[in-house]
Amino acid sequence: MIEGLLDGPAHELAAAVRDGRVRAAEVAEAALRRAAKAKEAHGSFLVLSPETARAQAADVDRRIASGEPLPLAGVPLAVKDNINVAGLPTTAGSRILAGFASADDATCVARLVAGGCVVVGKTSCDEFGMGSSNENGAWGPVRNPWDPTRVPGGSSGGSAAAVAARAVPLAIGTDTGGSVRQPAALCGLVGVKPTYGRVPRYGLVAFASSLDQAGPLARTVRDAALALSAMSGPDPRDSTSLQGAPPDLLSGLERGAEGLRVGVLAEAEGAEGGLHRDVAAAFRRTADLLRAAGAAVAPVSVPRVALAIPVYYLVATAEASSNLSRFDGVRYGARQGEGDLGELYRASRSRGFGPEVKRRILLGTFALSAGYHDAYYGRAQKVRGLLARDFSEAFLACDAILCPTSPEPAFPLGSKTGDPLSMYLADVFTVPASLAGLPAVSVPVGLSSEGLPIGMQLVGTAGSEPTLLALARAVEKASGAAADRPPGAVR
Amino acid sequence: MPADAYEPVIGLEVHCQLRTRTKLFCPCPVVFGAPANTAVCPVCLGYPGVLPVLNREAVSLALRVALATGCTVRERSVFERKNYFYPDLPKGYQISQYQRPLAVGGAVPLVRADGALRPVRLERIHLEEDAGKSMHEVPWDDVPTGSSLVDLNRAGTPLIEIVTEPDLASPEEAYDYLVRLRRLVRWVEASDGNMEEGSLRCDANVSVRPRGTAALGTKVEVKNLNSFAHVRKALEHEIARQSDLLARGGTVVQETRLFETGSGTTRPMRSKEEAMDYRYFPDPDLGVLVVDDAWRDSVAASLPELPDARASRLAASLGLPAADAQLVCLSRPLADWYEAAVAAHPSNPKGLANWLLSELLARIPDADRQAGRIPLAPERLAGLVARIDDGTISGKIAKELLGAMIESGKGADELIAERGLVQLSDEGLLREAVSSVVARSPEQVATYRGGKTATIGWFVGQVLKATGGKANPALVNRLLREVLDA
Repeated sequence: MIEGLLDGPAHELAAAVRDGRVRAAEVAEAALRRAAKAKEAHGSFLVLSPETARAQAADVDRRIASGEPLPLAGVPLAVKDNINVAGLPTTAGSRILAGFASADDATCVARLVAGGCVVVGKTSCDEFGMGSSNENGAWGPVRNPWDPTRVPGGSSGGSAAAVAARAVPLAIGTDTGGSVRQPAALCGLVGVKPTYGRVPRYGLVAFASSLDQAGPLARTVRDAALALSAMSGPDPRDSTSLQGAPPDLLSGLERGAEGLRVGVLAEAEGAEGGLHRDVAAAFRRTADLLRAAGAAVAPVSVPRVALAIPVYYLVATAEASSNLSRFDGVRYGARQGEGDLGELYRASRSRGFGPEVKRRILLGTFALSAGYHDAYYGRAQKVRGLLARDFSEAFLACDAILCPTSPEPAFPLGSKTGDPLSMYLADVFTVPASLAGLPAVSVPVGLSSEGLPIGMQLVGTAGSEPTLLALARAVEKASGAAADRPPGAVR
Repeated sequence: MPADAYEPVIGLEVHCQLRTRTKLFCPCPVVFGAPANTAVCPVCLGYPGVLPVLNREAVSLALRVALATGCTVRERSVFERKNYFYPDLPKGYQISQYQRPLAVGGAVPLVRADGALRPVRLERIHLEEDAGKSMHEVPWDDVPTGSSLVDLNRAGTPLIEIVTEPDLASPEEAYDYLVRLRRLVRWVEASDGNMEEGSLRCDANVSVRPRGTAALGTKVEVKNLNSFAHVRKALEHEIARQSDLLARGGTVVQETRLFETGSGTTRPMRSKEEAMDYRYFPDPDLGVLVVDDAWRDSVAASLPELPDARASRLAASLGLPAADAQLVCLSRPLADWYEAAVAAHPSNPKGLANWLLSELLARIPDADRQAGRIPLAPERLAGLVARIDDGTISGKIAKELLGAMIESGKGADELIAERGLVQLSDEGLLREAVSSVVARSPEQVATYRGGKTATIGWFVGQVLKATGGKANPALVNRLLREVLDA
């Protein structure tokens, strides 16, 4: 029974634990076994956490026995390696944090654990969340369970591969410019990037603070909604967390698409770098499917989405150049270099950071430097404001905007590593919502002609997660894509 | 042009530590002198994943200084990151305010020689966090030579930076400004103002220009000024250096210079070209700081009567000379002490001020004056002055008594009774003493009567001596004149 539960959605597993049909401790052992296989097969996990998992599972079983209604009772959880979990290593995929262990849980982790989750391990990611293929991590690439020659997407590629491979039913990642949604799409999962501030950032290793949001990766919309419900809400340790109670994500989940207005992003077809044929077809199919489900579907334009990539690579890199300054080899992590202070800094950072991180630190440092600050960082911030205004105007005519999550399905390992610009374009559809602080959901809609998952994205106004999840649920129901199982699934 | 044909233009940047219980962005206690790296947490150590949360008490204290100096408080101000690498800066950036500071404008008034107030205008007051401390000369054997140690207890301590306009015209004015600024931040209880503990730190910007001209010369920033005396000394040296340079046909280079305590001189630290590019940008971890009217007004309402206002009131209502009123308002505890003494003996505020300023303060160190640690209760001084005023004792006796009062803790009346010091005012007795002195001093009497009436003092002294110092001097004076002028 446990194996069946691990193959199924998290909410059913939680119900089984709550009803006493299975104990969290048994689920944890099975999930640890599967995680070990997934680590071996795909490199999705960097480290497993049997001690933490066993302690948390025992706690869940005690709480269930005492009658606590845990929404995520016993659900095995994988946590991206740039999110703190007490007592576990946090390297954010970087050599510079080799040997570093976190002192406490990130707020979102603590909340999921309070809701009944059991942390089975930390997952591989692009270094500091910088990448779209999970090839930029210091500890090796991750393989896509749908095709081991292809990338799982990034930067939360390990989390996505772990859930897709059925090692765990739920994982969390971080999304700065698409790092939850794009791997969700490439691995056939539901991925949510919440409204900026909805999920506290305390405990996330910062990449670009004004963009970073943690979000769930799950196999069903309901699971994603359950997890996001647990993660959301204000946090006194994060001044940018949204005040006030978050909206109810579950009660309206099955409301359907009836009466909702869906705008089909007009700029999607002509996106820079082009749109894969199968993705374009799936895009049209999803629009039709929503129309059939009762939504009013019409084209909508967000003219400045075309500027999103350059704006993002100025704003995000500027913030990153500052956020990554603390990794200097002085207080923690890997210290390198003999000799004076300059040598310590040079060696620790030169050897500690990988090439993509260095590239972005240099870009961001340049964007903020005297004489260029206004032309780059300053102007990017202005365009960011205009992009948000474009979205506001578009949302006068619709409740959600539909577009592909990624311009193409999972691409072969190594195919873009030599060309950073083409890699950056993998985020062309996800970056706009990040810049505008808007919530967005990626939902699987079926497989490409090569048998690779394709995801569609729904973007809404701030706080519209209930609407987005209801629409995603309608798509999920109509497409039946949640039933697709990758050949690389573990048992 | 000779070197003395130049006049200085000075502006000061003062960093003032706010007396909060905890740090600016984390719950660590603000401590001085604790063992190294014991008042730290993941936030002020810059660990991965932590976030700053603003301490609103620090904002309130900054507002106290801003409102006390008449600044305009910005409803919306912005924290920015000042990026640079140094081991005592854990995050690799300092959270400060840059383009939109908490408060602008305002002034700190100096008192001119004629008693009038002259404002030193403030450009801005902004909030920022302090860095930790680096130790480059390590005294311990188990630390390899050449290595430096870092103590991060101070990292994240709340500071305000108070920046003047280039309004100061001499090293003396700069010194005076610092003294008055320190009085103010202590007065409003925003800071303990201890320079030796680093609660007040100062950088100076100084340039010189031909006397009487308006255009500003090239400015030099002088750092490492660890006391008010150093500020004065460094400015004197720097003004002389720049004036000499110009007088010899040279030019002043825009640069940052370090003051060297030993030699009393400044040396170059870095030039304009080597100036750091701090790459400021708004800190995305902290929203805009909003100070609404309610917050600002509640802070304003909680401010005490400010020092200059209090000095004016004391001068006007009690008839004190302006200079004495300022001296009494050296610190708030001192002014409180004085007003308590006046309350206990309202008929002679000026006498109380004289006794406080010339007798009591002379006996105690400056730190005690600042803190209002007067070794005598205000009611005790009031009791003493009351006995002078009602003629019970002379001023001379009172001076002796003051020391005894401080030592014994006893009141004036108790000591007068114990020592039998009641002033002799019995006219009959004194008349006898006067007659006796006059009778045995024919030569002196002749001198007096010959026109040298100033010798009356000698006679008074003789009578006082004869009465063991207890005679009422005013009465003796009158009786002597009656006899001698007859």
